[in-house]
Amino acid sequence: MKLVRLRDAARPRIGLTLDGQAIEAQQGDTLLTALLAAEAGHLRDSEFGDGHRAGFCLMGACQDCWVAVEGMGRVRACATLAAQGMEVRRG
Amino acid sequence: MTTDCDVLIQGGGGAGCSAALHLAQRGVRVILLERGLVGSQASGVNYGGVRQQGRHPAELPIARRSREIWGRLKDIAGTDAEFVVTGHLKLARNDAEEADLVAYLDVARQHDLPLRMVGRNAIHQDYPWLGPRVVAGSFAPEDGSANPRLLSPALANAARAAGADIREHAEVVAHAHDGARFHLRTANGAAFTAPVLVNTAGFWGGQVAEAFGEPVPVEPLNPNMLVTEPIRYFIEPNLGVVGGNVYLRQIPRGNVIIGGGRGESDPAVPWSRPLPEVSVRAMERAVEIVPAIAGAQVIRSWSGIDGGMPDHIPVIGPSRTTPGLFHAFGFSGHGFQLGPAIGALMTELVLDGRTDIPLDAFRIDRFGTTAT
Amino acid sequence: MRVAVVGAGPAGVRAVERLVAAGVSPVWIDEAPDGGGRIYQRPPPGLMRDARLLYGFEAKRATAVHDALDALKPKVDWRPETLVWHIRPEARTLHTLSRGRQADVAYDAAILCTGAMDRVIPVPGWARPGVTTLGAAQIALKTQGCGIGRRVAFLGTGPLLWLVAYQYAKAGADVVAVLDTTPFATKLRAAPGLLLGGMTFAKGLYYTAWLRRRGIRIAEGATPIAIDGGDENGVTGIAWRDAAGREQHIACDAVGMGWGLKPEAQLADLARVPFSHDPLQANWVPVRDGAGRTPVAGIYLAGDGAGIGGAEVAEIAGARAALALLQDAGERIDPIETVTLDRRLASQARFRAALERAFPFPAHLARDLADDTLLCRCEGLRVGELRAAARAEAATGPAPEVNRAKAFTRIGMGRCQGRVCGAAAAEVLAAELDCDVAAIGRLRGQPPVKPIPIPAPVDTP
Repeated sequence: MKLVRLRDAARPRIGLTLDGQAIEAQQGDTLLTALLAAEAGHLRDSEFGDGHRAGFCLMGACQDCWVAVEGMGRVRACATLAAQGMEVRRG
Repeated sequence: MTTDCDVLIQGGGGAGCSAALHLAQRGVRVILLERGLVGSQASGVNYGGVRQQGRHPAELPIARRSREIWGRLKDIAGTDAEFVVTGHLKLARNDAEEADLVAYLDVARQHDLPLRMVGRNAIHQDYPWLGPRVVAGSFAPEDGSANPRLLSPALANAARAAGADIREHAEVVAHAHDGARFHLRTANGAAFTAPVLVNTAGFWGGQVAEAFGEPVPVEPLNPNMLVTEPIRYFIEPNLGVVGGNVYLRQIPRGNVIIGGGRGESDPAVPWSRPLPEVSVRAMERAVEIVPAIAGAQVIRSWSGIDGGMPDHIPVIGPSRTTPGLFHAFGFSGHGFQLGPAIGALMTELVLDGRTDIPLDAFRIDRFGTTAT
Repeated sequence: MRVAVVGAGPAGVRAVERLVAAGVSPVWIDEAPDGGGRIYQRPPPGLMRDARLLYGFEAKRATAVHDALDALKPKVDWRPETLVWHIRPEARTLHTLSRGRQADVAYDAAILCTGAMDRVIPVPGWARPGVTTLGAAQIALKTQGCGIGRRVAFLGTGPLLWLVAYQYAKAGADVVAVLDTTPFATKLRAAPGLLLGGMTFAKGLYYTAWLRRRGIRIAEGATPIAIDGGDENGVTGIAWRDAAGREQHIACDAVGMGWGLKPEAQLADLARVPFSHDPLQANWVPVRDGAGRTPVAGIYLAGDGAGIGGAEVAEIAGARAALALLQDAGERIDPIETVTLDRRLASQARFRAALERAFPFPAHLARDLADDTLLCRCEGLRVGELRAAARAEAATGPAPEVNRAKAFTRIGMGRCQGRVCGAAAAEVLAAELDCDVAAIGRLRGQPPVKPIPIPAPVDTP
């Protein structure tokens, strides 16, 4: 899944990592936006073999966008703002 | 119209459904009356521990017999109810608790229960994910766990296949005994009669006993249960602690099930629910035992209504007031593991007038409250 | 008097406004950092907040709600980024969690304005990255300036379908198709009633016409077949059967889908408010009177969490619930104001009923799902597994209601607690057991309202 920036896309850049890979994002991105507007493609895997997941409701209800952030524990990517230097892991 | 049968059973938890199965297998015309759905209270909402270790010595003979039935459950009930033999590891967090574990080794030996100490050196080697407060443990390799949601419905199915009549949404509202037969009436107006009544009504078993002049001090006991989202599977044994203020296990799907403390209930509805502060405390105690579960999300919590007795062991055996009445209720949180054997021994009590298992500790008149 | 208001969408804002005007300063709790609810959610700081661009025809209304919200925050005990994960009406206490901190909030009266979420029906391939709810597609655009893909198809029914498609096209996304599962004839039959909606109806017509004029592919009476794609490349297309029964396909890299809304009423459920099935909106809704009073002492409801009414209704209902609360507490309230609000609510309700008739929940889409379709995203349960459990001979007969089915199959037992799959699962069960969906019941709420983390261990032994 790739989010497409349609407007307001000239905000200051921030850098974070996903599973060790550098990701460039923009200030004001949620983690979900930061990762999926880059090349992450997905945020987690179904525990029961049903493939990749990348969130679904974007309003904190479906619980399908959990990722782990170093120092913060596990968070919903749709409800967490990305910040410079965040180290994110899938799942 | 009154329906006539040989044995009436009131209460469709694990004990009642198992009794229906065993009685039906011996050709008895049995009707089980359940106020809601089978297994919806204590039998269906408990932690799912199939544990013998730590049982009251008086319960151990029943627990041993039940464990043997658990091993054959698939043949008996068509499902193993997700029973897995993971072993049960009981943990000590200080010297006094460790002494408790050592003392129980003798009890286990007397009942041929396999049990071994895991000492101070071995405990963190064998289970590197245990927290630093754990100082020792005792491991019962034959214990394990199962899915409580599946046991009673499976036993009820098997009982029905054996010829038992299982009636759900059949709340008994009136009890009588005419000297020879019991007469029960349900909320929807149906009437039943039989010379034998088996009382496996859990907490509500106290009301049945009271209806026949032998009240007992039974209180609602509401387990406070939590479950986490699925996480990496690493906690193999079913875990408990001396004193029992927290217990946890992980299923291979990854969910960690945590119990500890008591919820709240209103048996008249019936309604039950965990208490928020108790849930938070259980999380704190659990993470102290297994620090790696920190950050796992608790996704659901629940409670139910069991019968708790003042001495924490059930009432099992014949009535002291009414011939043909047999009790097995007030399991005080121990009924899930014991349930399958209860049906077997109640059947022996009803049909043979005796059972090999000593039941004296469970006499209904032990509280001195029976009218004489 | 200790008052708590949960939720800072349109209903919560107008409830708090009315309370503050009466000299009551509530504890005001919201999960989001900045309030506004989902409909008027604002982008995070640093993003453009031009209301006309973000909210279109609703810009004035959105701005008014935001202004009220911002003006009220300093006058109340404002607690953003706070989840109410449990409520005990017996103790009149809310249990909250904010940034890892537990806190209890005691109340004498509480107004729950917990909003709604998209109601969805599974489609083969729906768990794939690139598929979101309609609400999600709108939130991505509104609060992040992003589209859910480069070539986007929208599927479902209801006003939101057309609105989001319009907003996407307007923002420069390539909207490849709008697939409305409601046949044109159904909408036509409801048209006279829709006129009651005045502007709302006109806006709907405007979006549809605008999309048609742009040459965007539109299908009415469509039946989804599958969302195609793979684990590596996500969504690659969507297939459907058109109203004439012909199979159609279009390439796309994202799908937004939804069939109306369902109340996020978990807190009302935990507060022991009874629920009833509303056949018109095809939702279970908490029982309340016209003013938002519930049978549970001290609990009031307003907004979509109390039954879907939309943002305009939410504002009126929020104010009305606050007045009911004040009146019950012995405060003097203006009878003219309550009459006016009640009249507006009644007129909105007539329009809402017409809207539900125009875009009815297509239960057959859930009932007709193939056995191998993923039903419960959290637990990986397929439609056929639920059907099998429904058919299996249990002591009780086949699993007769949804909580029994949950016990046997784990349907709705996962992280989302049945929020996403609950409506479709009930239809699958009802079809299998050949009974009315109301007889299937609803998944009972269990705390926590949303997942709460196990805290880190305290270091000292």
